[in-house]
Amino acid sequence: MTDTKTTPEMPATAASAFLAWTWTAEFPGDLTIDGYPGGLQWLTFTAGILTTLHALAGYGIRGLRWLLPAGNNAPQFLTALGGFATTWFTVIAISVELGGFVNLEPGGWIAAIASLLPLLGALALPQELTGDTKTDLKAYIAKAEKIPAPTPITPWLERALITVITIVGLGVFTYGIDTEYGELFIGYLILVAFTMWALHTAGLLDRISRIVAHNRSFTLAMGFAAAIAFPFTQSDDHYANIGVNILIFGTVALGLNIVVGLAGLLDLGYVAFLGVGAYTAALVSGSEFSTFSGVHFPFWAAALTGAAASLIFGVLIGAPTLRLRGDYLAIVTLGFGEIFRIAVNNMDGVSGPDITNGPNGIAAIPDLNLFGFNLGESHNIGGLTLGRFANYYLLMVLIMAIVVLVYTRAADSRIGRSWIAIREDETAATAMGINGFRVKLIAFALGASLAGLAGTVSAHVTYSVVPTPYQFAGSTPPNSAFLLAAVVLGGMGTVAGPLLGAALLYLIPEKLVFLQDKSLLAFGIALILLMRFRPEGIVANRRRQLEFHETGQLDVPDTTTLTDEPAVTKAGA
Amino acid sequence: MRFGGLTAVRSVDFTVNAGEIVGLIGPNGAGKTTFFNCLTGLYVPTEGTVTYKGTVLPPKPHLVTKAGIARTFQNIRLFANMTVLENVLVGRHTRTKEGLWSALLRGPGFKKAEKASEERAMELLEFIGLAHKRDHLARNLPYGEQRKLEIARALASEPGLLLLDEPTAGMNPQETRATEELVFAIRDKGIAVLLIEHDMRFVFNLCDRVAVLVQGQKLVEGTSDVVQADERVVAAYLGEPFQGEPGEEEAAEVAEAEAAAAAGQTDETDQTDQTDQVDSTREANKNTSAPETGNTPEETADTADSTTTDDVPSTTSTKGEAK
Repeated sequence: MTDTKTTPEMPATAASAFLAWTWTAEFPGDLTIDGYPGGLQWLTFTAGILTTLHALAGYGIRGLRWLLPAGNNAPQFLTALGGFATTWFTVIAISVELGGFVNLEPGGWIAAIASLLPLLGALALPQELTGDTKTDLKAYIAKAEKIPAPTPITPWLERALITVITIVGLGVFTYGIDTEYGELFIGYLILVAFTMWALHTAGLLDRISRIVAHNRSFTLAMGFAAAIAFPFTQSDDHYANIGVNILIFGTVALGLNIVVGLAGLLDLGYVAFLGVGAYTAALVSGSEFSTFSGVHFPFWAAALTGAAASLIFGVLIGAPTLRLRGDYLAIVTLGFGEIFRIAVNNMDGVSGPDITNGPNGIAAIPDLNLFGFNLGESHNIGGLTLGRFANYYLLMVLIMAIVVLVYTRAADSRIGRSWIAIREDETAATAMGINGFRVKLIAFALGASLAGLAGTVSAHVTYSVVPTPYQFAGSTPPNSAFLLAAVVLGGMGTVAGPLLGAALLYLIPEKLVFLQDKSLLAFGIALILLMRFRPEGIVANRRRQLEFHETGQLDVPDTTTLTDEPAVTKAGA
Repeated sequence: MRFGGLTAVRSVDFTVNAGEIVGLIGPNGAGKTTFFNCLTGLYVPTEGTVTYKGTVLPPKPHLVTKAGIARTFQNIRLFANMTVLENVLVGRHTRTKEGLWSALLRGPGFKKAEKASEERAMELLEFIGLAHKRDHLARNLPYGEQRKLEIARALASEPGLLLLDEPTAGMNPQETRATEELVFAIRDKGIAVLLIEHDMRFVFNLCDRVAVLVQGQKLVEGTSDVVQADERVVAAYLGEPFQGEPGEEEAAEVAEAEAAAAAGQTDETDQTDQTDQVDSTREANKNTSAPETGNTPEETADTADSTTTDDVPSTTSTKGEAK
């Protein structure tokens, strides 16, 4: 099946990573050393290895067969494309940043050519010829049509697999968070995207999701174990700070997922509930700038107060507005979200009652102290140092666990079914005896209180609360537009989707500083592309999955079509 | 039921008794579905009430379902992205009580209730013959099975009266016959059935009584023989000789045609009366458009005269008396 001529080039890509690509260390990552890969060269190296593995699996080498269950060539092409895109991105980035191709050492040229060859080789691989050029080309990037049923494996092996996948996932994720400069992060994104695409076309992602479906609670436990393990892998508290912010963002997105993903209520002012929680916690946690500066609740009481305040606001806002449907609800919630920010801005004792200190906000919120464990100080646990943000990160993992539990349990129950029924067809749902208003109000209030809960922690993490972050759209998350984007991008109605979406949407503006003032534009384009090519989001819902398995797809497009492939390459290169 | 100046359904008195299959027929636009929507609370009737087992039902769909009237829709309205089993479980909503807290805490009561619901839903799926497709998405079912599933979903709310809106629309003869048997089986469970249908053979085979709705009013009600023999029904379906006000351009032409055809029209006087009276009551309706006070007993008497209904309660009402 595989063209024998192409195989030698694939390790060549990997090998070229060991050469010097440029003469100066001015390009970040120091790519000047022969014999050892650095920075972006690691990515090229990984891509080369992956391509080689897929090529060998294409030969049918024993022990690698599982990589290509359907025996199709698309994964090989896509990994080669990933390597090509990463390498050429690096080479072009070197040339652009240092001013010309002269800055490339021979190693850089070799890498560029070496990464191009497997791509051409993969293109030469025999495909089923149909006489239709378009379908012929599509075969290189399309998912295998017939994926043979996996041979059943023992439960312990399934669990072992999940463990391995979790560890690999943690490694990949940690690498992404720890990328030190924008170029490396872009290269990382390119490589991860193409690799995931390749795994998808090979049918491996389907197999993984099937295994996960068998061991749902075990996977959840492993996921949390990985989440807890993250701060222990970090030496720098800065990355733990990124972690805790992603968690706050992700938790709020998961709360929004109840409202948007389950009940189908488009809420454009959701960040206000995060704000209510944060402000409430700030007011009652003993800050000297708080109006109630004498009040100092313990954390559990402050968290409950924050959640309760958000709940009350949720009911107050929901009760009059949830009689509206669709776009009207979106407009009203958008309005309420802005009202919250403006109201908080004005309650400074001059233009309104003195509650929130207006634009100055409430500063100097004391650090939490849980059971004598001061979260503001570094602690040494088993030789590993946990800094302040790592402490809050662990607290946030706990909060997220609660939210995930609430989400999964609520979704799989009578009330969750009625939310989905309302989303699917409100008229039919009410005709089936569901009190639409009541059920929607519960979803709205539950979503609000979960956001409030996350807000109470975020107030402590950031030392102070100010009105500015709680707006509809801004260049940094969380704001209502980003929250909604995280849910839609990640995959509505799933647990993993909004978390993944939140991680991506937090990391991209964080890592790509040059993008910051254009990030809204970039996300607009990204969302349009996503809606065109994968409307169900990155992580497909179980319902969508069922659709894939049972009788083929009816209205969900397969994956990307060829038309966007040049676009992706261009964006990467 | 009025929409602005248009009266879609007026003065339809209708009773369904326990264990009965009643058909509701009429030409397109006669107001059959509007009548259903009034019954199930999707529309709030401008005047009149719906009574079930002696209590007046509030015009709220979920309360109507809770009281024991379930329905299907003319254009299938399943929850397309839910599985077959989940669709039926949603139908169980009014007969279960677990709220958010019990869902979050997952006590023994919750598990018991979920299990009971699932068992009941599976029974229903077996009853309609879809048990083997419990995990399929509703959208992926073939058309006929979607119709069946909608009936199962309605049955899950344990109704005393089931309203079927064109259950055989778009079905082939075999599927229609299967549906016929299904409706009989539902009746045998002690559930009264009221159905809208265009397939006359289906209706007359199935129904103990048939009512004909024309232009929002009940024309006739009775056994299939009575209805089939009624020539006003035939006229309503097949049309009747031209009698309305002609358009300006056609006026002369029509006048000529009428003159020519005058001799042939003698035996159609019944219909002439009928149409006139419908027109007149419509006008009357506009005049008495003040809310609450409209539909006075005399007006109903008027209509009752023209449509020759036997029972004359004073309001637009349906008494579904099941069990």
